[in-house]
Amino acid sequence: MALPKPASESDLSVLSTSASRYVRDSLPRYKMPDNSIPKEAAYQIIHDELLLDFKPKLNLASFVTTLMEPESDKLIMESINKNYVDMDEYPVTTELHNRCVNMIAHLFNAPLGDSEDAIGVGTVGSSEAIMLAGLAFKRKWQNKRKAQGKPYANPNIVTGANVQVCWEKFARYFEVELKEVKVREGYYVMDPAKAVEMVDENTICVAAILGSTYNGEFEDVKLLNDLLLEKNNQTGWDTPIHVDAASGGFIAPFIYPELEWDFRLPLVRSINVSGHKYGLVYAGIGWIIWRTKQDLPEELIFRIKYLGAEQSTFTLNFSKGSSQIIAQYYNLIRLGQEGYRNIMENCHENAMVLKEGLERTGRFNIVSKDHGVPVVAFSLKKKNGGHDEFEVSEMLRRFGWIVPAYPMPADAEHITVLRVVIRAEFSRTLAERLVQDITNVLHDLDKLPPKLIVGEEEKQENGGGALVKRKSDLETQRDITTYWKNYVVAQKAIKRQKVAAS
Amino acid sequence: MVLSKTASESDVSVHSTFASRYVRTSLPRFRMPENSIPKEAAYQIINDELMLDGNPRLNLASFVTTWMEPECDKLMMASINKNYVDMDEYPVTTELQNRCVNMIAHLFNAPLEESEPAVGVGTVGSSEAIMLAGLAFKRKWQNKRKAEGKPHDKPNIVTGANVQVCWEKFARYFEVELKEVKLREDYFVMDPEKAVEMVDENTICVAAILGSTLNGEFEDVKLLNDLLAEKNSKTGWDTPIHVDAASGGFIAPFLYPELEWDFRLKLVKSINVSGHKYGLVYAGIGWVIWRSKEDLPEELIFHINYLGADQPTFTLNFSKGSSQVIAQYYQLIRLGFEGYRNIMENCRENMQVLKEGLENTGRFNIVSKDNGVPLVAFSLKDSRRHDEFEVSDYLRRFGWIVPAYTMPPDAQHVTVLRVVIREDFSRTLAERLVVDIRKVLHELDGLPAKITPKTAVDGGEAGKSVTVVSKKSDIETQREITTVWRKFVLERKKMNGVC
Repeated sequence: MALPKPASESDLSVLSTSASRYVRDSLPRYKMPDNSIPKEAAYQIIHDELLLDFKPKLNLASFVTTLMEPESDKLIMESINKNYVDMDEYPVTTELHNRCVNMIAHLFNAPLGDSEDAIGVGTVGSSEAIMLAGLAFKRKWQNKRKAQGKPYANPNIVTGANVQVCWEKFARYFEVELKEVKVREGYYVMDPAKAVEMVDENTICVAAILGSTYNGEFEDVKLLNDLLLEKNNQTGWDTPIHVDAASGGFIAPFIYPELEWDFRLPLVRSINVSGHKYGLVYAGIGWIIWRTKQDLPEELIFRIKYLGAEQSTFTLNFSKGSSQIIAQYYNLIRLGQEGYRNIMENCHENAMVLKEGLERTGRFNIVSKDHGVPVVAFSLKKKNGGHDEFEVSEMLRRFGWIVPAYPMPADAEHITVLRVVIRAEFSRTLAERLVQDITNVLHDLDKLPPKLIVGEEEKQENGGGALVKRKSDLETQRDITTYWKNYVVAQKAIKRQKVAAS
Repeated sequence: MVLSKTASESDVSVHSTFASRYVRTSLPRFRMPENSIPKEAAYQIINDELMLDGNPRLNLASFVTTWMEPECDKLMMASINKNYVDMDEYPVTTELQNRCVNMIAHLFNAPLEESEPAVGVGTVGSSEAIMLAGLAFKRKWQNKRKAEGKPHDKPNIVTGANVQVCWEKFARYFEVELKEVKLREDYFVMDPEKAVEMVDENTICVAAILGSTLNGEFEDVKLLNDLLAEKNSKTGWDTPIHVDAASGGFIAPFLYPELEWDFRLKLVKSINVSGHKYGLVYAGIGWVIWRSKEDLPEELIFHINYLGADQPTFTLNFSKGSSQVIAQYYQLIRLGFEGYRNIMENCRENMQVLKEGLENTGRFNIVSKDNGVPLVAFSLKDSRRHDEFEVSDYLRRFGWIVPAYTMPPDAQHVTVLRVVIREDFSRTLAERLVVDIRKVLHELDGLPAKITPKTAVDGGEAGKSVTVVSKKSDIETQREITTVWRKFVLERKKMNGVC
């Protein structure tokens, strides 16, 4: 006589995940659980919690690629268990890395012979690339000063205040002073004339950005080069230039090929680019290219015997995945120059569509330029009604869009912008839909009373120079309550209108 | 009337990849090609070339994980397009990282309250983790010296000569002097007494390794802690310890829980561990944990306005994938304490199997210890005719990648072969490896001795061991080779009977 067991005593492996006890336990946050759980349960629980992350494709804040072809995904998955640094064990992967370096160096017009190997390396992102470039400049400068018998304890670097935070990190971690050229309203990038003025004998390099994070603008590297050449002639300091082409490096060669910003300019000694921005690869790959061997001091390169084989290494990271490198090579040969050009032209086109849609609302100033990285940065024309860009950003989230709002760098912090990055996967359909949703948001905001701005604002300056305003807790709480009350009232009003209209 | 087009004029998209012209053109190496090619062709061509890479699972040289469960692969693929640093956009992913930090901190017995969040961060690997830890120590020491009005321009760090290269990188890139405790023939890790002797007022920290790369041994952190505490009470320098637990951090808590090496020792201020070694995640994740907030100077932390939200950050890398962080969390909750313990016990068991198999050949000395990271480092008892490098080369023909390398100073005359036992190295594979090693030894025995004079690696101080091997002239070598081949062919002929 077989008595059926009650469900809770059945063999655990029979229970569907949702029937099991695993979905009743709170997921551990502080300590490792003592026992194992079935892999299906682990997968399901984590997968479900991750549903609350926002959708990568609708993240219009980021330049970083969020979509690749399935063939590329296959290659990525197949190589996910290859540790890139095992060069002896994975020689083909290493070879693909070297081919990428060569191709990108040629894209930037590095002065190379036909079969000459370029000097460069793949990194985890532009942060690492910039730190390596900065290290090379610092060491070169120190060696030069030592040879001249001059003091070398106070290196500095000249950039615009619009630099991405990794330059500030480099400066702080590697003990180099950061001399920032302030921006001004209407001119949000580094002014070459002011930059050259700030150069002194301790300057290890001047860093120009091709594709400012704030509004996508290309800095005038040619003008910087010419002015700096003049100054070098007078002073004999031989100050070089580094171009941070994190975003622009995969755009300029394809849609602005006559723009001289790369190794065609004699003072440019190194360039970094993010493979995971307009290189069209998922997050985790950047590239740094040096003009020649002389620009990378030999003493920074380690020649080691790793796992039994000789190899040279000049990166901060050691073990890392190989997937993104292979994916970058895939893109370079699959798309070729015509493919990249088509994609960048599409991005530019869609940026124009978005820009024109926003202009037509009549409520926005466009802060970004047409020429540059396909980004649309815009701010509200009038702040009457007391609503600002932060509110627009918040309300767009309800539609699923992530459009960030932030103040411009010093000395233009009073300007706040919203910024939409046009990535390769942002089609015209999405652009038109976004304009529609922005229009809806403005409509909703108009109905709401103005946001409460507290009189006394604390401005706190952190080491990086970013300003953060702080309200007291109670004031913030009151703001929030009022905001919600008004929102509910407004919604009711809208509902009544809709019912009346239908 | 339909005229059929000739094949070569068909629409290119009809052609199978191997019928198309793409497999006839040489793949570009130096310049980007002008035109696009179909995605299937791109995939196939790259995939085919990559077949010539070694097989990751047979790569016995590496500690880095080469296999994960399919469910985890699914989670990784689903999050491959999430940029980890967009914390505001991916709050759950950020939360998972924080949970991992907490769990690992507790694993290392960090002095935390029940719901107190730990101080730590996920990195791309132990290299980045070590650089961050070193930076924190350097800055703390500089601040202390400035407050005391003393010079702070010559920081140094004390480690063993067996350190992994990233410590040397840290020292060179961040301008810290590296003071290495030399090894000796029967003691391949850092001697705590010698280390403490080398500490001076400019020492920012002493770095101990839990799981030396060369032979898997755990350094005696407790002894180091006690000796250093004594010295500190005499000198007042307050020199701290960092434990590089890249390999050992996910082994010691499970196999050797009574071993005191972590935050239970007062002087240990930070620990790094590689998630991608015995944390059982694919390459690209490491962790660094600090004892408390005081051990991480606030001025190193950046609070930035990134994409519209305030965000504290202390890492070298910025944008990076989220997959490995999620995979680490998956492993921690899927396996739990018991799962990790089972896996580590299996690794140790299989290590014993391999070790005994090698001992039974009677041809090897075992250089690694039983206690430590599960690996087997062994050297030939008699390496006059053939050395470990040849054994390594011959093993490749069977598909195995077993590296051979010389020990660092002052033990450069010792060469070892090293096999790392990872989670996916089963007993079957261990037994097979022993069989293949026997075959290799057999083959090598039949060959003439290798003709190279042995000299010490990276010349420098102590004893150059030079084995003098008489160099044969070319014609003699040629004759020998011919003899061997003739013998070989004759043997084979004998075996080729007709059945």
